Amino acid sequence: MQILLVDDEKELVSTLAERLGYRGIDAHWAVTPNDAVAMLSEQSYDIAVLDVQMPEMNGFELKERMEAISPELKFIFMTGHGSEECYHEGCSQTGEAFYLVKPVEIDSLIEKLNQVMHNGGKP
Amino acid sequence: MVLETNNTEKKADSTGPGTKLLKGEFLNYQRIWLISFVLTAAFAIMPVIFFAVLDYNLTRRSLENDAEARASRLASNTWRSLSFFLDERKNALSYVVRFNSFEQLGNTQQLANILDFLHQSFGGFTDIGIIDATGVQRAYAGPHGLAGKNYKDQQWFKDTISHGTSVSDVFLGFRNVPHISIALRHMAPDNTYFIIRATIEHQLPKILSEVKTSGNGDAFLINAKGVLQTPSHYFGDVLEKTNIALPPAMAQTRTMTITLENGQDMIAAFRHIPNTSFILVVLKSKQVIMSPWHDSQVALIKYLGISISVILLWIWAVTGYFVRRLKILDRNRHKYFHMAEYENKMASIGRLAAGVAHEINNPLAIINEKAGLIKDMVYFKQELKRDPRLLEIVDVILASVKRCSRITRQLLSFGRQTQTVPVPLTLKTVLDEVLVFLVKEAQLKNIFIDIDVPDTLPQVIGNPGKLQQIFLNIINNAFAAMPRDGRLSISAQKTDEPFVRLNISDSGCGIPPENLNHIFEPFFSTKTNQGGTGLGLSITYGLVQELGGRIEAKSKINEGTTFIIYLPTTTTQKEG
Repeated sequence: MQILLVDDEKELVSTLAERLGYRGIDAHWAVTPNDAVAMLSEQSYDIAVLDVQMPEMNGFELKERMEAISPELKFIFMTGHGSEECYHEGCSQTGEAFYLVKPVEIDSLIEKLNQVMHNGGKP
Repeated sequence: MVLETNNTEKKADSTGPGTKLLKGEFLNYQRIWLISFVLTAAFAIMPVIFFAVLDYNLTRRSLENDAEARASRLASNTWRSLSFFLDERKNALSYVVRFNSFEQLGNTQQLANILDFLHQSFGGFTDIGIIDATGVQRAYAGPHGLAGKNYKDQQWFKDTISHGTSVSDVFLGFRNVPHISIALRHMAPDNTYFIIRATIEHQLPKILSEVKTSGNGDAFLINAKGVLQTPSHYFGDVLEKTNIALPPAMAQTRTMTITLENGQDMIAAFRHIPNTSFILVVLKSKQVIMSPWHDSQVALIKYLGISISVILLWIWAVTGYFVRRLKILDRNRHKYFHMAEYENKMASIGRLAAGVAHEINNPLAIINEKAGLIKDMVYFKQELKRDPRLLEIVDVILASVKRCSRITRQLLSFGRQTQTVPVPLTLKTVLDEVLVFLVKEAQLKNIFIDIDVPDTLPQVIGNPGKLQQIFLNIINNAFAAMPRDGRLSISAQKTDEPFVRLNISDSGCGIPPENLNHIFEPFFSTKTNQGGTGLGLSITYGLVQELGGRIEAKSKINEGTTFIIYLPTTTTQKEG
């Protein structure tokens, strides 16, 4: 399973990727949406784990751009933000099942990844 | 932190002497009432008083004019009678001299006969004399034997020669009876003249007495020097001197008001009787004439008093009503203003909490991942397994991160709950969220919290933020009412109606019965001196109503207070 992690916090994504690597999951990471799009055009991924709040564009916009390149790609969102609108928007776009509030537990992330893989990825 | 509430006012002073309403920020209703009352009353009463005064003066003037006209008419009539009397005597004398020659009249016997005739025909003739142009009395008939007397230097003689006739002032005759004398000049065809003079017993008082009999009036004659020529009811007997101020010209009847020595006002009419020194004075008592007017004025003042009282009462009631309405509206305005302010504040706090939580969450996530990584490295790399303390330390870090993240999650949920849409809520969850903030205070004050909220309770409909505020306000109040070692009981039951009943009881000092009815009123506070605004419970009341519920309070002094809150359940909405 090929995972792409996108978050503007480099320390967070790099660590998450490394920890997933320890568990046998091949995870790459990017800190900007543009990098992520570039990586997606070079290589195909199964699941993208996106931060909702990023400087250049938010996670939902990035999702649309990535879907345009790779329609089969599945998504999980992470957020550190609890504002009402954001929460509701996130839930309505992804379903609460694919929406993780930071800090993310590694086990629950893996559980979600497996869930997305086996349930076909769409809520 | 976010739990600042103003509503700790309910139970502080159980005796309640400090109970008062906040006044500073309101209008001064007493002053508004006073101003509107005084202004309205002034504008309403002024025209009434104006017309009453106008009527008073107009009626008085017209009655006075009427009284003067009556006095004047009476004076004119009396004057005519007196003139007629005098003219009659003058004409009699004129007749005598016209039909008797100077020689005939010079005969004393003949003159005595004429006197006798005059006395019988007209009455009152006492004596009669014939005076020649030199002033010597040529003949005399009468009791006094005045023949030969010279009147050349007498004033009446001079007056008669120049005016042709004269009537003397009143004088007392030998019998001490008032008399007047009438003298007449007779021109002979040869331009010689003589004078006939007769003394008449004073009969004028008889004529005047008929006038006097009507009412409190008086009628008399005086001469220009103010000496009474007939007796007067008010000024004394004949020939007494009076101090009446006479008007300057009296050819026509003149009226004026004079004041007697006893202070009585009289309307006086004056008329000069021509060819005499007599001035007729007719007096009418003003008091008697004006008495009907006085009676009507008393009635008028009574009606005026009654109408002014009615107007004042009406204005008092109306202005009072409006100022009370104003007061209520003003208070409501304040209440809603404060409620809006309060909600705004809560929303701001919510946004702040969410912002803080987000900012903390990111570094927290990094700590979490890094600690997780250390753990992974220890787990997956054999060479690091030797030191068991490493894992222990990492576990402590992870446990702390978990604790922090629980708090940030609660902050986030608090931020979310400022939403305005009513949603189904589990009462127990909302209560737990609120109690998280209060547990520390309860521990400090050693307050035991006893919660009996069954899981089977139906969900309630409402806004989580509002429900939290309600619980926070009431529980904070309960904490304020309990010193140490208190007990807070929270229980909830399903009711027959589609409502959940929530009881929140404390073992505090209680609320005095006289205050219990007022605790939900805005600005009612027993703690104004401690910074209470008197809004907390009224806001709570408003919030419960907004949720479609109701709130009641029961209290016993020194035993505690129970707030009973009925909240609509989800079934209510389905039914509604």
